[in-house]
Amino acid sequence: MSQPTVEACDLRKSYGEVRALDGLSLAVTAGSVLGLLGPNGSGKTTTVSILATSLRPDAGRAIVAGLDVVTQAAQVRRVIGLAGQFAAVDANLTGRENLRLIGRLSRVGRAQARIRADDLLDRFGLTAAADRLVRGYSGGMRRRLDVAAALLHRPPVLFLDEPTSGLDPESRFALWDAVRDLARSGTAVLLTTQYLEEADALADQVMIISAGRAADTGTPAELKARFGSVVFHLGFGAPQAAQAAQTALASAGYRPERDGGGLQVRSASGSGELAGLLRALDGRAPDPVSVQVREPTLDDVFLSLTHGGEAA
Amino acid sequence: MSTIAIPSRQAAGRRVTATLAIVTSALSDTADVAWRNLLTLVRTPQALIFATVQPVIFVLLFRYAFGGAIHVPGTNYVDFLMPGIFAQTVAFGAVGTAVGLSGDLRTGLLIRFRTLPMAPIAVLGGRTVADLARNLLVVAVMTGVGFAVGFRCPGGAGGLFAALGLVVAFGYALSWGFASLGLRVSDPEAAQAAAVPVTFLLVFTSAAFVPSTDMPGWLQVFGTHQPIDALVNAERALILGGPAAHDVLISLAWSGGLLVVFALLAARIYARMGR
Repeated sequence: MSQPTVEACDLRKSYGEVRALDGLSLAVTAGSVLGLLGPNGSGKTTTVSILATSLRPDAGRAIVAGLDVVTQAAQVRRVIGLAGQFAAVDANLTGRENLRLIGRLSRVGRAQARIRADDLLDRFGLTAAADRLVRGYSGGMRRRLDVAAALLHRPPVLFLDEPTSGLDPESRFALWDAVRDLARSGTAVLLTTQYLEEADALADQVMIISAGRAADTGTPAELKARFGSVVFHLGFGAPQAAQAAQTALASAGYRPERDGGGLQVRSASGSGELAGLLRALDGRAPDPVSVQVREPTLDDVFLSLTHGGEAA
Repeated sequence: MSTIAIPSRQAAGRRVTATLAIVTSALSDTADVAWRNLLTLVRTPQALIFATVQPVIFVLLFRYAFGGAIHVPGTNYVDFLMPGIFAQTVAFGAVGTAVGLSGDLRTGLLIRFRTLPMAPIAVLGGRTVADLARNLLVVAVMTGVGFAVGFRCPGGAGGLFAALGLVVAFGYALSWGFASLGLRVSDPEAAQAAAVPVTFLLVFTSAAFVPSTDMPGWLQVFGTHQPIDALVNAERALILGGPAAHDVLISLAWSGGLLVVFALLAARIYARMGR
């Protein structure tokens, strides 16, 4: 296993009485995406701000590309890109002007800044709007420009703070593709999101954070296997049939919930449980006319971890 | 001896080269940020227009509405008034520095700047330099307005230019003061509300519009010991003609002192923003 590109150890940060980070540790390797998943106020933005050198931790240590984010902040800034809800572009400049300015300030050099600005405008589908003022851009265009601005100096480490919140699905998918491309080309990406779907789609590793500390970490599949339960939906057509089936399943130890002519049964042991369900029904109730199996989602994991619900 | 001297001379040379590189890139970053701020200024002309309209209204009010009631011995009132107007113009212009920085703080542009490998001082330097350029423009407009309402500048063109130089220098120093304020308030309206009363107090207790001798004694003590009063006195000495060296030195001392104190303060606040 290679050395992680981003490594944070026991980060702590308080704003007055409020503990934003309470001992958070994480690691991101080159070419992978770590998804930081948590509700508002869980410490996602604070974590990104510390790693991106715009905020100092009260305690703990963070290393980015071998550099300490506190004592070597100036060098860290050469290898990171930041985009997201609190990093902005200038509404009174055009898209092209924004990228050229940020390119020059990223120490790319005037000529290179021009070339890369044009490349990125093209890559993010902004060439047609390049010479329009950003104040006339849609939310999706602004976000894409924002991400493009973070890439001008080709940083090996990219921080994306809720990059798709408020975006329409099309813009969101386009941004997802861009993030996947970057990770494939070797960039270490730390992405915060409130969307479970986004973490599931993009992240190699997911860390669920709650109240400034890690509640759990794993691949999306691992987390779902650990916490999510499979949901079976059995359709019986008529409510009487469903009622009979409910009684049969309950006496076999299941906890079915009836919804008209259908039953919902949760099982932590996976989709193999279907055979057991059918056996319990055999001879005691009519056969189901339809069977649906819903695999666990990160929602299930998230809810059970952050709301202290039943953790399978 | 020479075997020691040569490497140390090389080391010193490398240090000088490294320092030069840092200074050069800081200047280039400052120019880039200033350029960005000037573009913003040009593209939101309302701000520039309001910055000019207010002092124009003051010229008209004091020249035609109040001027008749203010008696300044030995001088045409409009020649007395214009130095006050120039000082007022840059003092209120400096409020724009606070408003601009707090706007960048609110939109998040300042956070992006803080994570770029640029020279940190360029964020403040670029803002104040752009505001300096704006002040030059507005002061030029005000000079034209002054001539249109009868300002004749008895001290001659040299005196006028020297006076305007003092005005712009003071405006630049005050911009750094308000930069500190802008960095502390992430709301442009709040920044403006905080900056304007300070400016009002300094302008209207000074001799900008009426001679200090007409004020009560306690107010004179405050009014005559502050930078705008010093500026207005130096301007008048230059514009009206006569011995000016003493007043000019006092004003320069104020501006230089304020610049050093405010620039250090603003740079410190910027550097400590993430703590």
